[in-house]
Amino acid sequence: MRQDHLITATQLSRDDIEAVLDRAREVAADPEAYAGRHAGTMLALCFFEPSTRTRMSFDSAAQRLGIDTIDMGDVDSSSVSKGESLADTVRVIEGYADSIVLRHPSEGAATLAAEFVDVPVINAGDGAGQHPSQTLLDLHTIRENHGLDDLTVGIMGDLKYGRTVHSLATALTNFDARQHFISPESLRLPRSVRFDLHETGAQVREHDDLEAVLPELDVLYVTRIQKERFPDENEYHRVAGEYRIDADTLDAAPDDLTVMHPLPRVDEIAPDVDDTEHARYFEQAHNGIPVRMALLDTLLENAEADEGMEVDR
Amino acid sequence: MSDHELRVSKIRDGTVIDHVEGGQALNVLAILGIDGSEGLGVSVGMNVPSDRLGRKDLVKVEGRELSQSEVDVLSLIAPEATINIIREFEVVEKNRVTRPDRVVGVLSCPNRNCITNADEPVDTRFEVVADGVRCDYCSTVLRSDIADHIDV
Repeated sequence: MRQDHLITATQLSRDDIEAVLDRAREVAADPEAYAGRHAGTMLALCFFEPSTRTRMSFDSAAQRLGIDTIDMGDVDSSSVSKGESLADTVRVIEGYADSIVLRHPSEGAATLAAEFVDVPVINAGDGAGQHPSQTLLDLHTIRENHGLDDLTVGIMGDLKYGRTVHSLATALTNFDARQHFISPESLRLPRSVRFDLHETGAQVREHDDLEAVLPELDVLYVTRIQKERFPDENEYHRVAGEYRIDADTLDAAPDDLTVMHPLPRVDEIAPDVDDTEHARYFEQAHNGIPVRMALLDTLLENAEADEGMEVDR
Repeated sequence: MSDHELRVSKIRDGTVIDHVEGGQALNVLAILGIDGSEGLGVSVGMNVPSDRLGRKDLVKVEGRELSQSEVDVLSLIAPEATINIIREFEVVEKNRVTRPDRVVGVLSCPNRNCITNADEPVDTRFEVVADGVRCDYCSTVLRSDIADHIDV
């Protein structure tokens, strides 16, 4: 992976993904070998939207590599509330840190941030856009359970506003994966993701319900219907509660079906699924540590290599 | 009537945009930022019979030559257009529009949640794709509705 930033899944090739996941495997097997590897460097956690898992996961991964973290805190108590532009915010923070993890409510925020700074920027979610580091840990989970080829993946729930879905669907086009998208009509994939899938010739089908496709799946990736993404609350109430699975639903599934979820869940996966062999969403969340360690390690290594490059004169 | 017979008089200096798809003339004026208040002499022909297009629109602008960025965006809504630069009643340049790889600062992103709609110090930037354009920031794809988002 020879990238300076991680902004969208579209920039990830199969080789890029496998390089990070190979390193994540090494990290998971021997975390001590990576301890303190980037001591003396600083990571800025810039979360313009609420986050628990992603923020703590990056913080934990960084600290395990010896990276110190600084956190801009809640948006309400930061200079952002005074009307400072994102471009100015990241230019200031560039002087404080060697890399930036950015979550922002606007699509394209990480792309913009990366244009204004020289330190690596990692997109930790931009509105309803992309969430590529989540995708890397999703792929790691899939690879550890099934491998990444000859794979049938069902992705169910909010496909329109779900940024984890957008990144995952795009990244899966690098592999021999058949993708089934299961959602209500109003929450189908946006035009931009369809564009990427079409461009790569991905094997894609869309469904209104899970029943017909469930027996074929290796992976069922469930997402939350996100109330905060709906411009119209009535529309949210119309679809909320549908596309929920429980242990009985999974009776029709293959024995080795892996159920995943980027979390937090609300009621789309009933608690009785937790006790089945299918549930992998907590394992998936825990995979955030080795994968984000591998990602930070890779990007910082690239940045250090850039600094050491000789310039022809 | 052939393409060569015009319903409006010749201009002395300026630009004639010919072979615009029927119905797009007013969008051409929008791209050029012409609404009449700037005092330019403007002639518009709409749904004029055309040998090549069947029906076409035609726009003549007195006293103004188009910039490359304006021509770039014109190519998105009028891919068959020809741009004629007129000086002293003579056509001194005649060019077909060509589709650029990107258009910068001339379209607004229709996604209200795109970072380019948030008062940041950047121009909008769209990649020109097979049948439309795509925002470099939020990836929103615009196709037939490009003309609704002209922002020049």
